[in-house]
Amino acid sequence: MTDVLDRLIRLAAKKYGADADALKADDDVFESLGIDSFAAAELMSELELEFDVEIPDYELQGVKTFGGLAAVIDKRR
Amino acid sequence: MIEWSLIEGVYELRLGVEPCNEIGTTMLAALERFLDQVDTESAHALVIRSTVRGGFSAGADLRELYEELRQRPEREHEDALREFIDRIHSVMDRLDMLPLTTIGVIHGICFGGGFELALTCDILIAERSARFGFPELRLGIIPGFGGIPRLRRDVSNAVVRDLLLTGRSINAKKAQQIGLVSQMVPTGEGLRAAMATARQATKFDREAAKTCKRFMKPLPVEELAQEKEHFIRLAQRPVLKLALKKFVESDDPRPYLP
Repeated sequence: MTDVLDRLIRLAAKKYGADADALKADDDVFESLGIDSFAAAELMSELELEFDVEIPDYELQGVKTFGGLAAVIDKRR
Repeated sequence: MIEWSLIEGVYELRLGVEPCNEIGTTMLAALERFLDQVDTESAHALVIRSTVRGGFSAGADLRELYEELRQRPEREHEDALREFIDRIHSVMDRLDMLPLTTIGVIHGICFGGGFELALTCDILIAERSARFGFPELRLGIIPGFGGIPRLRRDVSNAVVRDLLLTGRSINAKKAQQIGLVSQMVPTGEGLRAAMATARQATKFDREAAKTCKRFMKPLPVEELAQEKEHFIRLAQRPVLKLALKKFVESDDPRPYLP
């Protein structure tokens, strides 16, 4: 789980030019990366390919933080 | 802005309507102009791509649809919906049947009506960022631009049901695995790959290519007509207007997703 969170944060930070070391598990993904819904969909594709998982959209409802997103990815691995 | 060019037998149709090529009357009119002017004698191939950052197309222009339904009296809804759907089906059918090898380049969002537009293409090339989905059931409707019959033409019913009945979206790799996308390429490589594919298509005998397309990709005429009727019936119910109202009035960066 920590490994997933770390890789997720590094990938997202690199893609959207954020400082990976400043991003924490409880941070809001949209707000901390400054992304819109289009970029979020693109990020989901990148994460699915990176972790070799499928994440149905409905499993992401209510998920706001990097930690929450990492937990969903971890369950699908 | 929507524009096109013809170079060495290959048309390039560029969709550039911000924010993400929503399909409403403006897009429809531009596609009609293209289809009226396309020279199928000089050209062999057509590449369709988006020039906007967000993706290929986010689908139907829901804000325009909401305004149209809100401003018209209810007794006019069926005729207005039918007029628009007949028009969009005509455009999609003409694109589908063009006697050219058509190649869609997909990046980012390819949802709803945008997915339906992509499905008219003979060959789909998807960049890593691509995401395909039919969110229509979340609005209380079904795809109405010919998407279900065209999706069924290409992939199995099990996948079609999963996509439609859950509204979930899939990435480029999954789309390639199920036979929807034929080539997956790195982000930013889609246009180059599409042009190389189009140039290859221009080397072949025209009559052979046209015959192959007609034989391999027949228009599912009966199912398209059925889909229209289902859509027009569902779109007149209050559930759509309520869902559109929520969508239009939301300023949440996370889209309205029931």
